[in-house]
Amino acid sequence: MVSQKREKSLDVQQMIADKKNKGLGRKAEKLVPTILFITAAVSVLTTIGIVFTLIFETIEFFRRVSFWEYITGTEWLPFAGEPSYGILPLVLGTLKVTGIAIVVAVPLGLAVAIYLSEFASDKVRRVIKPILEVLAGVPTIVYGFFALTFVTPMLQKIFPSLEIFNALSPGLIIGLMILPTIASLSEDALSSVPNAMREGALGLGSTKLEVALKIILPAALSGVLASVVLAMSRAIGETMIVSLAGGSTPLFNFDVTGSIQTMTAYIVQVSTGDAGYGTTIYYSIYAVGFTLFIFTLIMNLIASWISKRFREEY
Amino acid sequence: MAYINHEVVERQMTKRRTKNTVFKNLFLGATLLALLALVVLMYRMITQGAGYLSLDFLQNFSSRFPEKAGISAGLVGSLAMLAVVTPVSLFLGVGAAIYLEEYAKKNKVTTFIQMNISNLAGVPSIVFGLLGLTIFVRMLGMGKSILAAGLTMSLLILPVIIVAAQEAVRSVPGSLREASYGMGATKWQTIYKVVLPAAIPGILTGSILALSRAIGETAPLVVIGIPVIVQFLPDGILSEFTALPMLIFDWAKRPQEEFQYVAAAGILVLMMLLIFMNSIAVFIRNKFQNRY
Repeated sequence: MVSQKREKSLDVQQMIADKKNKGLGRKAEKLVPTILFITAAVSVLTTIGIVFTLIFETIEFFRRVSFWEYITGTEWLPFAGEPSYGILPLVLGTLKVTGIAIVVAVPLGLAVAIYLSEFASDKVRRVIKPILEVLAGVPTIVYGFFALTFVTPMLQKIFPSLEIFNALSPGLIIGLMILPTIASLSEDALSSVPNAMREGALGLGSTKLEVALKIILPAALSGVLASVVLAMSRAIGETMIVSLAGGSTPLFNFDVTGSIQTMTAYIVQVSTGDAGYGTTIYYSIYAVGFTLFIFTLIMNLIASWISKRFREEY
Repeated sequence: MAYINHEVVERQMTKRRTKNTVFKNLFLGATLLALLALVVLMYRMITQGAGYLSLDFLQNFSSRFPEKAGISAGLVGSLAMLAVVTPVSLFLGVGAAIYLEEYAKKNKVTTFIQMNISNLAGVPSIVFGLLGLTIFVRMLGMGKSILAAGLTMSLLILPVIIVAAQEAVRSVPGSLREASYGMGATKWQTIYKVVLPAAIPGILTGSILALSRAIGETAPLVVIGIPVIVQFLPDGILSEFTALPMLIFDWAKRPQEEFQYVAAAGILVLMMLLIFMNSIAVFIRNKFQNRY
């Protein structure tokens, strides 16, 4: 009996050993983490690639154009006989559009978030939230076309002095585009405030509005602020809407009814034009791209800093 | 002696309750306004574009004459690009997600990779275009090809796919893994045969949404220099091509009014493609929801 058992257990061990040595098994087991690590490293390589391409080509640009002129100049005339490269008009164009978008999107987005989180029933929320997410999924080229062919003519009826290309119409539409970002992320922040706080305030006789504005919103402020900053960063980097409806006139003024040019729209203008490889204009799109990259990077870092620094743990 | 002055309470309470109702309706109004904007947008595209949408429109190449303009080169080009983006971004994205969730130790390198991914998600798409132009089009000499555009788009949507896949992998219950280890499976066997199959619905849902973003993106293609006047269908991944949003962009910029309708028709084709992809994602999500 005893010897039989031993033979059997030896058999099993033999089978395990056979199985282990069979085929690629062992090697694959050691190779897989390395391969997977490489795939994870691709994202890091992408960042390095972006930073290095931008830096190298921007350095070439600053060999030809003075850095001081670039960051303080108020004239952006790269196609003129005597070109001048002052980034401020492009930055101002970007900020005008972003400002309008934020003015539209923050109150609306917050209202939607508060409604969905504090007033709407579960059923309503489950219907409305996915529909709002469709707004975020509409390609920006579609929004651009809509701004140019519908919003601008409609606004021209209200403000006859509005030009075909202006800052107002793309600003409004970018506001619509980033609205779901603010609404959805803020709603997540508001709903994650524990129910006990709501019940406590309601029990003391507050109305739902008072609970929302005085208890829930302050408690979720970090998440709400982070969503606004993220939305701003998306507005700054938005390209097709401003290319189609914003125009291509980089002017250093605070007028929103006239044609403008944003940093992104300039890159598109050069890319669709026939500026040859190696010209100063060609390198200028990298300098502008680098400026844009720094703007959005700062925004993203602020957003993640806010949500870490001011997070209230319940 | 009454501790509560009912008259004062009554007066204040009415005021507060009115305020509550007014604001509730304001918030509801804001929500409906956002939905209305979506409806108006859809309505405009359909009324403008439906007249130009025909079988000829799907079969013709772009043209100087609005009535002859068609979208075939863009439609085929976009789908061909998707054929590059799908395998590349899925392989890289799912691989990275599995590494981060199953293999990576909690150390500085992992934190760095994770932070890098979330920052990469915030980089504007046009900057990815500059990357693609420099690295793929010029340095690696791919030209304005499907491959160059596809690789650029893959990198663009990679962070979205990684995050979606990470969530899917994370939501596979630990008991499944333990059962698999208990049966003597190795780590890779467990991941390949247990974790991945359980996570696939979640991965697919997130990835299809990311892929539909790649279809609609225009800015990187513009920067790479994808042409719009293309009178042939692509014949390989190194072939020059044009894409749906590029054609729409070109038509929308033209001064003749008829081209606006052509652009709207193009938008309808693009939107139908996106709705089709999104409904697949919704279908997968509903079919496999809450299996554990």
